[in-house]
Amino acid sequence: MKIIVLLKRVPDTETKILINQEGTGIKEDGIKYVINPYDEYAIEEGLKLKEKLGGDSKVTVVCMGVEEATENIRTALAMGVDDAVHIVDPALEKAGPFSAAAVLAKVIGEEGFDIIFCGKQAVDDDMAQVQSILGEFLDIPQVNIVSVFELAEDGKKALLSRRIEGGDERMETSLPVIISCDKGLNEPRYASLPGIMKAKKKEIRRKNLADLGFDEVPGKGRSRILKWLPLSKGGECRMIVAEEKADAVRELVQLLREESKVI
Amino acid sequence: MGETLAELTGRFKIDYGLSEEQKVLRYSIRDFAENEIGPRAEELDEKEEFSLDLVKKMAEMGLFGIVIPEKYGGSEMDYLSYCIAVEEIARIDGSHAATVAAGNSLGIGPIYYYGNEKQREEWMPRLCRGEILASFGLTEADAGSDAGASKTSARLEDGQWIIDGSKIFITNSSSSISGICTVQAVTGQRSDGRKEISCILVPNGTPGFEAKKMTGKMMWRASDTGELYFDNCRVPEENLLGKRGEGFKQMLQTLDNGRLAIAAMGLGGAQGAFELALRYAKEREQFGRPIARFQAISFKLADMATQIEAARNLLYKACKLKDSGLPFTKEAAMSKLYCSEVMGRVVDQAVQVFGGYGLMKEYKVERFYRDYKLLTIGEGTSEVQRIVISRLIGCYES
Ligand SMILES: Cc1cc2nc3c(=O)[nH]c(=O)nc-3n(C[C@H](O)[C@H](O)[C@H](O)COP(=O)(O)OP(=O)(O)OC[C@H]3O[C@@H](n4cnc5c(N)ncnc54)[C@H](O)[C@@H]3O)c2cc1C
Ligand SMILES: Cc1cc2nc3c(=O)[nH]c(=O)nc-3n(C[C@H](O)[C@H](O)[C@H](O)COP(=O)(O)OP(=O)(O)OC[C@H]3O[C@@H](n4cnc5c(N)ncnc54)[C@H](O)[C@@H]3O)c2cc1C
Repeated sequence: MKIIVLLKRVPDTETKILINQEGTGIKEDGIKYVINPYDEYAIEEGLKLKEKLGGDSKVTVVCMGVEEATENIRTALAMGVDDAVHIVDPALEKAGPFSAAAVLAKVIGEEGFDIIFCGKQAVDDDMAQVQSILGEFLDIPQVNIVSVFELAEDGKKALLSRRIEGGDERMETSLPVIISCDKGLNEPRYASLPGIMKAKKKEIRRKNLADLGFDEVPGKGRSRILKWLPLSKGGECRMIVAEEKADAVRELVQLLREESKVI
Repeated sequence: MGETLAELTGRFKIDYGLSEEQKVLRYSIRDFAENEIGPRAEELDEKEEFSLDLVKKMAEMGLFGIVIPEKYGGSEMDYLSYCIAVEEIARIDGSHAATVAAGNSLGIGPIYYYGNEKQREEWMPRLCRGEILASFGLTEADAGSDAGASKTSARLEDGQWIIDGSKIFITNSSSSISGICTVQAVTGQRSDGRKEISCILVPNGTPGFEAKKMTGKMMWRASDTGELYFDNCRVPEENLLGKRGEGFKQMLQTLDNGRLAIAAMGLGGAQGAFELALRYAKEREQFGRPIARFQAISFKLADMATQIEAARNLLYKACKLKDSGLPFTKEAAMSKLYCSEVMGRVVDQAVQVFGGYGLMKEYKVERFYRDYKLLTIGEGTSEVQRIVISRLIGCYES
């Protein structure tokens, strides 16, 4: 079985993100970049499936990202992924979800696939769109926010569970399918030292837009980020102190009416 | 003008020119230490408990046999990688860094470097899988810094070594998975009248060999320390490690390597305490503002960061010398001396930043304050490092 896992490089969730002065991006200084945490569940699920199936099953990571993302890809390889495709092209730096999905669809189509695991969202821009658009491009089912995954006995269907408000939703789907993974699906393993050494010898195939047969970013101009703005500072907090509760309420109503003019 | 930090980093290699594998290693061990060791460290320290299941988890990570070739079950990494791993564990907990550092440098090291093929094949795979731990029995009650004063003796009789004597403070020697000890013993007299010292492999459980757990330590409380007794203990002649009479040389080389790992513990411990202090200083408010904004505190933090950076440069340089096959004895001694003393200054100031809370067990920094103290004593005290360095810089030459 050919298992594809999508990987995105994102700032560590512990990093304090600051918008740069021009509003074109974030301040990059001193930021530690990691594998998108939800993609780690995808990697683990891919590896577990491969281990269960044995034989000639293979897990391939596909990552669209900057040069430095090789570090994160290498981590996935050290966890046990077999090989990787790294799509690096300066033109893709500001690509939106549609463009990303179009490029990934091309690569995944070339690689071949039986099942695709990815995170339910990337924690940097929280778009959570790529997997759904990718499903359209590949014309296969796509299930979001999966917390239990199992391959059916016959190996032709997947049994899934989604955590919804107040319960679990059980589903069955045909293969191939795109599964976006939620927390709780599994416990991602660490990259072990022998794993890291083995990863050195594993192949990362680099591709740019031209290699994939695109003259320009697909879907260019469909959506564009105009500007990033820092959060406006929260207002000052003022305590209303009065002997009698009724006096405090009276003062509050007066302030709401006359000062902030909200009632 | 306008160079980004990323460009600067590339140009000056202020990331120490670490390879991709070393970066992956650092973050993987960091995650592991934070998630697996961190939550347990306080309780194990309090109970003075050596955790077999954490040793098992560390073994699964490949943390035993880090520099040992793959064919013996090791991870075949270089010394810098080994030190990065120890540094990252020590950033979270000294005891577990000690188990790994002693397990590799003192336990596995001598058997791999001086053992013959048969001995390597017999012991390496199990040691690298972490099923058993090896220890290095050098120190005796009356032979600490003066390691040559060992009294433990071994005499050869009918193809067997008969060992008598005792050892003290031996790391990884008295747990239920301690499997073998490299014992330094006097095996005779050299032609120049001095003691002939050799190393002999003695499996735990050999009749006449008793390992007793030492308790009541101030630091490294979750690491195993044992007192060893040999009473008419017999092992086959072939358990000799390397050649007869080479024990002292083997010991000196083992300590050279070991010093790098102890330095890494100082570096990692300093880093851990510094991070705790920095975070606390930014959160703790007194006189209407975070104490990090008082110069008295911010200067302490600045000094810590500066010394840690210098310590890291020195240690990584020593590792690179070793990894390039160049002499590194002096740099190893300097690293051990400097990194452990930097940790001493950092933990002292870190507790100061925490004020009264820094004295309480609830705040991790207190454990760092205690764990530091071994580092200026074990594997050659700071004074002994200064002796080594002063010799190597020519103080005693005419
Ligand atoms: C937790 C722990 C784990 C250990 N693990 C091991 C282990 O695995 N294997 C092992 O063999 N040993 C181990 N040791 C022993 C350790 O290496 C010794 O404690 C250390 O070498 C110091 O010896 P000592 O304690 O006898 O002190 P001493 O040698 O008695 O030193 C006392 C003081 O005198 C100073 N001093 C001694 N000689 C001189 C000199 N010539 N000039 C100036 N000052 C001097 C010392 O620097 C020190 O300050 C361990 C110790 C501890 C505490
Ligand atoms: C065992 C013990 C017994 C105690 N007994 C008593 C007792 O009997 N009665 C009692 O009332 N209290 C007692 N205390 C409390 C003790 O007096 C306080 O811990 C001490 O005053 C420090 O306050 P803090 O711990 O809140 O630290 P903080 O005030 O938070 O200080 C943290 C750090 O910030 C520094 N800092 C704070 N403000 C400034 C500034 N403006 N400029 C520069 N640096 C600054 C401090 O010097 C320190 O390094 C006790 C504490 C302990 C640990």
